[in-house]
Amino acid sequence: MTEPLIHLESIVKTYVMGDVEVRALRGVDLDIDQGLIAIMGASGSGKSTLMNVIGCLDRPTSGKYLLTGQDVSKMGHNELADIRNKVIGFVFQSFQLLTRTSALENVELPLMYAGVAGRERHRRAREALERVGLGGRVHHHPNQLSGGQQQRVAIARAIVGRTRLLVADEPTGNLDSRTSVEIMALFQELWREGITIILVTHEPDIAAYASRVVVLKDGVLRSDVEQQARDARAELATLPPPEVLT
Amino acid sequence: MNPFMTLRVAMRALLRNKMRSFLTTLCIIIGVAAVIAMVAIGEGAKARVEAAFSAMGTNLLIVMPGSTRTGGVQGGSGSNQTLTWEDLRAIQTEVNTVKAAAPQLRSSAQLMSEEQNWSTSVYGTSTEYFDIRSWPPAEGSVFSQSDIEGGTKVIVLGRSVADKLFGQGSSPIGQSIRVRNIPFQVIGVLSRKGQSAMGQDYDDSAYIPYTTFRSKIQGGLVKFLSGSIMIEATASDTTAKAQREVTALLRDRHRLSDSQDDDFSIRNLAEIASAQQEGTETMTTLLAAVAAVSLLVGGIGIMNIMLVSVTERTREIGLRMAIGARRYQILLQFLVESLVLAFIGGIIGVALGVGSAKWLAAKFGWDMLIRPDVAFIAVVFSALTGVVFGLYPARKASRLDPIDALRYE
Repeated sequence: MTEPLIHLESIVKTYVMGDVEVRALRGVDLDIDQGLIAIMGASGSGKSTLMNVIGCLDRPTSGKYLLTGQDVSKMGHNELADIRNKVIGFVFQSFQLLTRTSALENVELPLMYAGVAGRERHRRAREALERVGLGGRVHHHPNQLSGGQQQRVAIARAIVGRTRLLVADEPTGNLDSRTSVEIMALFQELWREGITIILVTHEPDIAAYASRVVVLKDGVLRSDVEQQARDARAELATLPPPEVLT
Repeated sequence: MNPFMTLRVAMRALLRNKMRSFLTTLCIIIGVAAVIAMVAIGEGAKARVEAAFSAMGTNLLIVMPGSTRTGGVQGGSGSNQTLTWEDLRAIQTEVNTVKAAAPQLRSSAQLMSEEQNWSTSVYGTSTEYFDIRSWPPAEGSVFSQSDIEGGTKVIVLGRSVADKLFGQGSSPIGQSIRVRNIPFQVIGVLSRKGQSAMGQDYDDSAYIPYTTFRSKIQGGLVKFLSGSIMIEATASDTTAKAQREVTALLRDRHRLSDSQDDDFSIRNLAEIASAQQEGTETMTTLLAAVAAVSLLVGGIGIMNIMLVSVTERTREIGLRMAIGARRYQILLQFLVESLVLAFIGGIIGVALGVGSAKWLAAKFGWDMLIRPDVAFIAVVFSALTGVVFGLYPARKASRLDPIDALRYE
């Protein structure tokens, strides 16, 4: 059997806040290989910390984290930056797009840090935007796009580097319910194309579209269930059509 | 990411915020423009003084006779006759750092033409005098050796005198004028020489052979040279040597023992010139210092705005880190941003400085001199200012924690 994509072994993360030591993760064991995984939990459960550790934005205090077989818990700043650039894509609740910058340039950003040359960079960024259904809006700036469209640009930016892992932090938190389902439909398509998606959410409605739900409480795993994902595409058909702005 | 991409990332970030970029640059623009304009005007003043002295000649020495001393009372320079015609001949022949020497006898006299009269300085001198002062005639000629020997009554006029006596731009060659009622024939008019560094009009003077001067104007003892001697050294860097040699020669000739003071004095025009130049140099340095302070203020302005920019773009920095920017790439981006701003500011500043120096010079009739090396240094220095003052904000940006940065509101 091949290595799983993500192998977490007794991950502990403690913060010092003033005089108080906060134990955000208290020994988490988790293997993730393929699927659309929802991480759930109340605020303070440690789900954001777990996402940061998985996304290589943060290093665990102790424990072992193997990502594609490499031990990332021992890596330095520069190596972690390279891992984030080449293996992981991020999607955030507040989109985090550069203002006054076209969708195309936003999507090109990771490729610039990867050192991809101009022509190839444009081609791949355009491709990624077409993949998320924004082929006609490559030169629009974020303030000319709706929330759902902005999140699509962010998703294009996350997949443009041919990443295998997409980490999304409350990706539908700023979107209305119909747009949320649209975004989930896009995630399900990407999952079926072979990208592993880990999404942090506190909404059970959103978690229903996942193939596996992991629940955290007080820094430990509470449950870890495989489930039949609800089909977002089919769901969309039953919803009333979007309001058309005149 | 190669340097070219870093530059592009930085340029895009700058263009995304044009107003802020412009305001940041403005600090440097004003600083550099001030440096360029101040130095241009300072250098212009210096060049003007230099030109005034080179019109006079910087390799010139003037030997003046000594002063009388009766009891404790010392007379002024020239109050005692100590220089002889033999001294002049000795200076001409025995000192090899002396290229030429000429007597300069001076008297004030009323000059009269048919129509006009004018009081001016009349000098008795020799033919070499006009070479020493590099002052050729514009019309006619200066007197010849035979005029000196024969003591002929010929006169060479300065341009201002010719204008006063015969009208503006007239050509009085061959005309007769009276000097103290003695008729002289005008044989030449000198070219225009302008003002001395002290504002005296060189062209308001007239010249006659010293032999004629001695017999017709001055009288007195024939042995003594009752005026000064003007000496031209072989080159401007031998002037000081010539001064020492002439001093030694005259002390020897006047039989002065070591304990006695000189009974003559030698004025070195190069020394006076360098004293004047030092004055303008001090002014230039002062102006440049003031301007440099404004450049420093510009640098602090850059730092200030870059710090604000780092705070304002905290989330952007967090995002860049999340998608794979290394710390040094963030550092480099901000450093390049401030470098580009300061460099562009420097270039615009040079242009503005040159422009305003030209405008000031034209408006107030000042001289100015643009020094390319100063312009180059100013641009390099302003770019350096950008790097130095950009370093702290850039470092601050690169040290941000991506998680905190992404959450920053």
